[in-house]
Amino acid sequence: MLRTTFLAAAVAIAAPALSAEIPHDQRQSSYELMSPDTRAMQDEDTSNPGMLWVLEGEALWKRETGEANRSCADCHGDATQSMKGVAARHPAFDEKRREPVDLEGRINICRTEQQKAPASARESRDILALSAFIARQSRGMPIESSDERLRPFIEKGRSLFTARQGQLNLTCAQCHDDNWGQKLAGIPVPQAHPTGYPLYRLEWQALGSLQRRLRNCMIGMRAEAYVYGAPEYIALETFVKWRARGMPMESPAVRP
Amino acid sequence: MTRALINVPSRARRGEIIAIKTLISHVMETGFRYTTAGERISRDIIHGFVATYNGEEIFRAELFPALSANPFITFHTVATESGTIEFRWTGDNGYAATESAKITVE
Repeated sequence: MLRTTFLAAAVAIAAPALSAEIPHDQRQSSYELMSPDTRAMQDEDTSNPGMLWVLEGEALWKRETGEANRSCADCHGDATQSMKGVAARHPAFDEKRREPVDLEGRINICRTEQQKAPASARESRDILALSAFIARQSRGMPIESSDERLRPFIEKGRSLFTARQGQLNLTCAQCHDDNWGQKLAGIPVPQAHPTGYPLYRLEWQALGSLQRRLRNCMIGMRAEAYVYGAPEYIALETFVKWRARGMPMESPAVRP
Repeated sequence: MTRALINVPSRARRGEIIAIKTLISHVMETGFRYTTAGERISRDIIHGFVATYNGEEIFRAELFPALSANPFITFHTVATESGTIEFRWTGDNGYAATESAKITVE
């Protein structure tokens, strides 16, 4: 009897750590939590500041660069066709590297291997502009994560998502799986679906990548953030993309 | 690289009140911030915005350091005649940008 009670208690303590995935019919984009003003800002291309980066990315797409003196367009042609759905399926498994690469990583692989140009720094204006322009071509398309080779990385991402970290000793899942819809400092806790990256945050007054957002959360937990491009970030990106599979892309989104 | 997004209806009825929206890419550095080395980051803002409708000034704004980056300015005007609406932003360090949009009034 005593043993049963003990077991039951152990299960009850363990339960929060095994956070259940949000049922698919209850999933929502953080867009749903925004004020009508901020929604209107995202909805109209001429008031969405993310479109400033898209315009810049469109110009970069056509510009020759590197020793090869080649532009993105020289190989990929019309981005409205060739880049359709590309952002929706990244991070994607890279055959040569035997690991997933995210969109920014993919752009840099193209830069270094095809254009023979130096890699752009993560979060630099150019790479954000190009990724915004490419992600714009996936707007409205469902997030795709069906490649079985991603499985070990999804699991690694899941274990990072559910691991306690930082001085506050929190997990990502405690907020985003267990307490979404509640308030944190007066602000609704979102489900953390990466539907709109790269996105314009009013708080940043700039466009930023999903890694920048992950870094924000880690600093909020008073954990030590990873270096941009670290395998842990890629695993987390791969996991949250899988978690949001099927949800429509909104890039470039606007968030408060 | 200056990038601006302009939203002016391409067609309007004569006498109709139309909304005009402008969004321009700019850092709007306040001049109040310091680098980690303690050096002051000098002010770099857009301080003036003027809109003209077929050469006639219809809207003017003075901007100050409290404004966010990438300022979004929207205003209304009456569609009087077909023509061009021009926008001009001026700022620190000789910054100047112009954009224009055509409107057909019938």
